[in-house]
Amino acid sequence: MADRQLAVRMRGITKEFAGKVVANKDVDLDIYRGEVLALLGENGSGKTTLMNMLSGIYFPDSGSIEIDGKPVVIASPKDAFEHGIGMIHQHFKLVNVFTAAENIVLGLKGEGKFDLAAASERIRQICDAYGFDVDPNQKVYDMSVSQKQTVEIVKLLYRGADILILDEPTAVLTPQETDKLFAVLRNMRDDGKAIIIITHKLHEVQDISDRVVVLRKGEYVGEMLTAESTTQEMTNMMVGRQVSLNIDRPDVEMDYRMERIRVKNLTVKNADGVTKLDDVSFTAYTGEILGIAGISGSGQKELLEAIAGLQPVDSGSIEYVVDATGDHEEVEQLIGMDPVKIANMGVVLSFVPEDRLGMGLVGSMDLTDNMMLRSFRDGRSPFTDRNAPRHLAELVVDELEVNTPGVGTPVRRLSGGNVQKVLVGREIAAAPTVLLSAYAVRGLDVNSSYLIYDLLNRQKGNGVAVVYVGEDLDVLLELCDRILVLCGGKVSGIVDGRTTTKNEVGLMMTKLGGGEA
Amino acid sequence: MLDVVSFVPRAVAQSVPLLYGSTGEIITEKSGNLNLGIPGVMYVGGICGVIGSFLYERSLANPSDINALLGILIPVCCCLVGSLLMGLLYCFLTVTLRANQNVTGLAMTTFGVGFGNFFGGSLIKLTGAQVPSIALSATSNLFRRALPFASSLGWFGQVFLSYGFLAYIAFAVAFAASYVLENTRVGLQLRAVGEDPSTADAAGINITRYKYVATCLGCMIAGLGGLYYVMDYANGVWSNDAFGDRGWLALALVIFTIWRPKVSAIASILFGGLYILYVFIPSGPAVKELYKMLPYVVTIVVLVISSLRNKRENQPPESLGLPYFRENR
Repeated sequence: MADRQLAVRMRGITKEFAGKVVANKDVDLDIYRGEVLALLGENGSGKTTLMNMLSGIYFPDSGSIEIDGKPVVIASPKDAFEHGIGMIHQHFKLVNVFTAAENIVLGLKGEGKFDLAAASERIRQICDAYGFDVDPNQKVYDMSVSQKQTVEIVKLLYRGADILILDEPTAVLTPQETDKLFAVLRNMRDDGKAIIIITHKLHEVQDISDRVVVLRKGEYVGEMLTAESTTQEMTNMMVGRQVSLNIDRPDVEMDYRMERIRVKNLTVKNADGVTKLDDVSFTAYTGEILGIAGISGSGQKELLEAIAGLQPVDSGSIEYVVDATGDHEEVEQLIGMDPVKIANMGVVLSFVPEDRLGMGLVGSMDLTDNMMLRSFRDGRSPFTDRNAPRHLAELVVDELEVNTPGVGTPVRRLSGGNVQKVLVGREIAAAPTVLLSAYAVRGLDVNSSYLIYDLLNRQKGNGVAVVYVGEDLDVLLELCDRILVLCGGKVSGIVDGRTTTKNEVGLMMTKLGGGEA
Repeated sequence: MLDVVSFVPRAVAQSVPLLYGSTGEIITEKSGNLNLGIPGVMYVGGICGVIGSFLYERSLANPSDINALLGILIPVCCCLVGSLLMGLLYCFLTVTLRANQNVTGLAMTTFGVGFGNFFGGSLIKLTGAQVPSIALSATSNLFRRALPFASSLGWFGQVFLSYGFLAYIAFAVAFAASYVLENTRVGLQLRAVGEDPSTADAAGINITRYKYVATCLGCMIAGLGGLYYVMDYANGVWSNDAFGDRGWLALALVIFTIWRPKVSAIASILFGGLYILYVFIPSGPAVKELYKMLPYVVTIVVLVISSLRNKRENQPPESLGLPYFRENR
């Protein structure tokens, strides 16, 4: 390590938002060439803000940045390019109606005539050199998430970036795609590029990084060499105290265990007539967490929405078992039923979309009002009751450790993880019999994720049928009793969470595993 | 039956203000600014040209002594400066202060129409004329001058060569705008600003500058539409409110052409033709108003069809009407 070449030296970086929220305080950071640096920290610990200052999106309030030993001022993304810094944001910075090539050359000065054909040729050369698969003439809106990410990486390489920042690059990738990405990153590292990766997934940190730097509440707390540390040590430093890293999977003892939701031969087509769910059948039991795995867009959203009554169904049936004792069984058909009535039966849906605010919460309303979105129909008085929602909001803030100045704060002002806690907390407070939760820990840090897992387990213990749609296979395997794997709208199999392996599920997600499909 | 040879020149004359307005607005909207102030800007463009040439004509002892170059340059420059100021005002409010674009635009339309009528009224008072209008016939003659041999070429001359220079400039500007938008680096960057400003920003494009330049340029082009209307179409006669709803028609044209200036060159003639169809089809006064509705009906039909097709390229710029602030959280 003696011959490490310093690429970036950040000293005393401080950044405040709106004069109140301190995002970064006096952070020192060194970045070396030929090294993958992992930046760790809980939600709202200022990782992204710090990197945004390096890539020119934000400007630091104080502090200095040196690149290759020379002090520089990075006032705009353009300045960052000129110093060879390129960042791949969590939300891709691509124009949807442009082709890959148009996106890649966007903003470049270039000499002489504007020549897309020549640019496409150079793009192909870069792709050949690193083993990417990009069609320069494909429109971005036609691309899958991993293709878009590839375009982002090629864009940086095209611009000659040698300091690359990736903000949660694996959040939307399958395990196979992640492996491919990491192989490329290692190639680039061996090529002498400096790579910074922000991620919450500790096993990925172990897998790809050489060094780990930890931020907590906007401050630098320490660093370690990946090879010499464990995920437990990383988590402890990140959270600031001892945390258990095992997800519980309690075996629920119940007097009787019954079927709660029976889905039979469910087929759903979207507005354009594309089949989103094809002949899906499964049963969800009380006191059980049923995991749903699949590449994003395989029909998870449609499945949950069909059960909640939000999605028109083409054929099949969804039965809700109200009560079953002995031979007698009382069953209600959910298809065609009013969503409000379904919700009143105790079937609640908490869907966390990519932008987090898209479903279920109103950004400009405060916590209390958002709680009221569930309860405003209650009671007969023409006036709404604000007391109960306020108590609920206070309870959620308290139990889930939501970091907010008060329950009167607009949800939009909270950091992403805290927004999610509010959403999930509200749904669980509805005392459901069926909890449909999608991407509940999307983008959440380790500590908050474990709080959510705990909550789900508690619901399971109460005899709730929990359906958990998740992206992280490791979590699905540890948390769920059974895992249903979707592939292109079809069920490619239902496996036991206790006995299956990550590889098996990963293959079933891409249909290579065979199964029923 | 329709007399094509006399119908087409009138449709074209009618189309030129619409084409200027829509080209200007397309350039503006490609930067993500929805400028509903275009009708007002066209009004201001018109009246500023009128003020300029009015003062110039008054300074001459005899209007027939008019210097051809000055007689054209003065109104054109006044018109451009007036519309530029409107553009700067709009940009300052919506880009720098991030005010709501719809409200700002509508306010500017109200302001522009009022501004035009106020100064129009004042000038009419100054002339002391009996009729409520100003006639700038000397200037108008300069603007309306067609190629001398046009009239000797029969129907060809009448259909293609019978217009003043501003009409040809309108079509040239529309095709040039299309070329720049589709085939140049600047065009690509401008479209990126309107589609996804944070992406454009991350790519090192100066969002504020693009929005300002595109909007001001768009306003100046639209302003020429107002000038053409007064000096050429209306024979240099300004009377209050005569410009009518042409500004709104230009906005409708933007949607009709799905943000393509070169399509607008053809579509504006269609709109112009529909606008004056009632003159050529014998009808009563009630039906006449129905005919005048046709361009809007066509626009609604196009809106329905284009949203049915739901092709991504046929949608408005994605961030149209939204302010951009880099550190927005």
